Amino acid sequence: MEFREILRMAFGSLGVNKLRSFLTMSGISIGVFSVIGVMTAVSALRGSIETGLSVLGSNIFQISRNPTGFQTSGEARRRIEQRRNITLEQAQRYQQLLRDVTEVVCLKAFYRDGPVQASHGNRQTEPGLTFGGSNEHFLAANQYAIDLGRNFTAEDIDLARPFVILGQSVVRKLFPAESPLGKRVKLAGRTYEVIGTFAEKGSSFGQTQDEIVIVPVTRFLSDFGAARFSINLATQAPSQAVYNETLDRAITAMRIVRSLRAEQENDFEIYSNDSLIAAFAQIADVVRAGALVISAIALLAASVGIMNIMLVSVTERTKEIGIRKSVGARRRSILGQFLIEAVLLSVTGGVVGIILGVLTGNALAVWLQAEVVFPWGWAALGLVTCSFIGVAAGLYPALKAANLDPIESLRYE
Amino acid sequence: MVIRIEGVTKLYRMGAETIHALRGVNLEIRRNEYLAIMGPSGSGKSTLMNMLGCLDTPSAGRYDFNGKDVARMVDDELAEIRNREIGFVFQTFNLLPRSDALHNVELPLIYAGLSPAVRRERALVALRNVGLGDRIHHKPNEMSGGQRQRVAIARALVNHPSILLADEPTGNLDSRTGEEIMALFEDLYEQGHTIIVVTHEEDIARHARRVVRLRDGLIESDGPVP
Ligand SMILES: Nc1ncnc2c1ncn2[C@@H]1O[C@H](COP(=O)(O)OP(=O)(O)OP(=O)(O)O)[C@@H](O)[C@H]1O
Ligand SMILES: [Mg+2]
Repeated sequence: MEFREILRMAFGSLGVNKLRSFLTMSGISIGVFSVIGVMTAVSALRGSIETGLSVLGSNIFQISRNPTGFQTSGEARRRIEQRRNITLEQAQRYQQLLRDVTEVVCLKAFYRDGPVQASHGNRQTEPGLTFGGSNEHFLAANQYAIDLGRNFTAEDIDLARPFVILGQSVVRKLFPAESPLGKRVKLAGRTYEVIGTFAEKGSSFGQTQDEIVIVPVTRFLSDFGAARFSINLATQAPSQAVYNETLDRAITAMRIVRSLRAEQENDFEIYSNDSLIAAFAQIADVVRAGALVISAIALLAASVGIMNIMLVSVTERTKEIGIRKSVGARRRSILGQFLIEAVLLSVTGGVVGIILGVLTGNALAVWLQAEVVFPWGWAALGLVTCSFIGVAAGLYPALKAANLDPIESLRYE
Repeated sequence: MVIRIEGVTKLYRMGAETIHALRGVNLEIRRNEYLAIMGPSGSGKSTLMNMLGCLDTPSAGRYDFNGKDVARMVDDELAEIRNREIGFVFQTFNLLPRSDALHNVELPLIYAGLSPAVRRERALVALRNVGLGDRIHHKPNEMSGGQRQRVAIARALVNHPSILLADEPTGNLDSRTGEEIMALFEDLYEQGHTIIVVTHEEDIARHARRVVRLRDGLIESDGPVP
């Protein structure tokens, strides 16, 4: 018997019990939806990170004492804790060594002794500001722009002037009605003069980037104790073409600065966009695994549902099976009919789940300002899994139907 | 020799009770015979027909179809016989309730593997032959008993079976339609088909060439129509 005929019969009988078919399918839809939704969101985010837009500025790599991401082994963590800080002197020497390749080296150190509040007169912000020291290249390396006033100059940095540039959230809180320029702001017990404000940046990955205050890194270190901080270095290659060359030069420079012998390993970490992507991938893998487990459980439950409904359907249609057999239906025709019905249930549910998952995942991606993607691989895998579930859940009921005795089933009322 | 049954019995166990529907029936039917099976209600006529139609299996005894022991046939062989060799008109019609007359009649052709166009064409001819050319899209519950019976007859004939087994095919028909159906059977008989009809009515039985009378699961008489 031809496949089209079986399909027609399967559609016909699913149509008879629309609500029941719908409910059975929705179990599969939910299972597929959860995994496709997560996979879509993850690949959309990954896509946006890979274009390098939201994490680091273009052609930038970063050097610091500690790695980001998870530190799994205790041994590795101990080795990292024993590393020396990157001092201001080392950072400045590094900057000098790279001078013929690039000017743009951003030094950064961040306050870590508890939440920071900014205050002016009797106004103050919520605690929890990002407070750090940097130099004139902070803007380029972190994709900030100046709104009012001016950026730091090389001289501000050299002379460790007590200046500060404020993020928009801070400006709104402390200076709702007046210009902040030239005003004094208190931060962690020190006073700084406002020379500029950052243009509004919005949030990235759900985190605001406007609750920030930056002072000259030299001032920051002298105010809070140079020995306690390790400096992060963000270096921008002049172009994509010389990015790798610049990175090589930077590593060499850093090894010189850190006085490493040839046989010693690097005692610092380098993040390029590649390494950040790798760190993201690590997190993404955990999220993915979670989604897979959840959807596996949902799909298992759904396949039990399909098997149950197929068994009911076989019992209800005993007479129909008898009639078909009496006019010459072979065992495999009946088997095929019920198997296809189960597969159809499952695959239709799967397709609905894929559509909903892709829509939801992309909605999330759009909300997080990532690009829209269609996860072909996962969708294909979802369909294959659903077909498999249909066959697995439908096999026993279909065999039961195929093996019915013709005369017994004709007598069934 | 198309059909030969020897010492066929059929028992139904109903709890402690055992019902002997057939108690040892011997019967030989040749190709192109026209046979009427008669007998009082409950004498085992339908039980015998189901057996002949390869739908039911005897409790004891032997059934050879075209010289082959039916008990030794595999499922697919039986399906093939039911599909191509035998047309069966059930006493209770056994139509698919959710399908229209056309689809019901097409059913044997679907399992014969014919293309949709050929199926439709042949089903239409079969329905026209039983006078239902204008009812092809009616479902069984939208038809009278006699119309349903005629759909069942059309379905039995649509795949040109060599043997037609009809259990009370005119039970729900008025005498004129009944005569038309019997004329159809006569045509088939003349074309060389084998026809076996169960009936209560002597008028119908007179169309046959041979009458077998059953009583209490045994053959009471077997001979040519007087
Ligand atoms: N599935 C069954 N279970 C138990 N007993 C059955 C079953 N089918 C038939 N019988 C019994 O077998 C006997 C023969 O039944 P059968 O249907 O063959 O009679 P029949 O000659 O066709 O009668 P009718 O003319 O009323 O159709 C009856 O006594 C009936 O009660
Ligand atoms: Mg009967």
